Amino acid sequence: MPDSAVLTQDEILEKTRDILMEALVLDADEITPESSLTADLNAESIDFLDIVFRLEKTFSTEDKPFKIEPGELFPDNLLDNPEWVQEGKLTDAGMDMLKERMPHVDFSEFDQDRDVEKVAANITVASLVTFIDRKLSA
Amino acid sequence: MRWMWIDQIIELVPGERMVAIKNVSLAEEHLHDHFAADGELDALPVYPASLLIEGMAQTAGILVGAARDFKEKVILAKIMRAVIDCEVFPGQTIRYEANLEHLDTAGAATKGVVSRTEAASGQWEVIGHIDLLFSHADQSMTGVDVPEHNFVFGENLKIILQSAGLAGMVGGDR
Repeated sequence: MPDSAVLTQDEILEKTRDILMEALVLDADEITPESSLTADLNAESIDFLDIVFRLEKTFSTEDKPFKIEPGELFPDNLLDNPEWVQEGKLTDAGMDMLKERMPHVDFSEFDQDRDVEKVAANITVASLVTFIDRKLSA
Repeated sequence: MRWMWIDQIIELVPGERMVAIKNVSLAEEHLHDHFAADGELDALPVYPASLLIEGMAQTAGILVGAARDFKEKVILAKIMRAVIDCEVFPGQTIRYEANLEHLDTAGAATKGVVSRTEAASGQWEVIGHIDLLFSHADQSMTGVDVPEHNFVFGENLKIILQSAGLAGMVGGDR
């Protein structure tokens, strides 16, 4: 692949910002790398599907499709598994699973609280950029 | 009243695009309230924009359903864009063209063009764009109690597919 085809982190951030502006109807200055998708940008679960579709379209190339599997970017089916969630809190096994499945998200603060309702709030714009960067480089 | 806001499918390319039409008639009750005469203002029967969105949702929804043999429960999840530039009046025909942009296990995205015509000229005029996001209810609504039978594609769909000569596309058990 020629060097010109490799996107820098800044370029990925710009494209991601454009996607979020359209999907969530926001202005550019409302979106920072630290913004939480749900807590700050008010994304709802159905917006995640919209964002995934737009990411796939934007970052796919003729040579390499950019395909995001269910649960790869956003948490999925957590509540169904008692091994991972008990009484609304992530278990140790649940935390290990989250960190392994979603290495693009910083869960260090969340580890103290572990409220399953707050998992999605840990996903920031920077998480998306890290996810895309790793996936494009893989 | 049955909640059908398209009259006929005139083209269906499964997995790609669908075109449907709707004839707007003064016999439709709601047009007399939208808008009724008010004081010095004369009545102005105009087809509601919300029903233009519903018509596109039905067109695009059938397109999305057909792509998976009507096995998925296709639910309108989000109106990504809806821009309508002109009114549609009784006597005119609406044309909905929906194109499938994206389809996967969780759902689908469509892009749509709305046009109108008049019998006198027969010319189509683009009047708006409606882009929609659909969810496959069984795949993406975990934790929600979704009924087992396919409540989306029922008798109304059969009627409309039959009139388009497409009755074979949907099985007898739905």
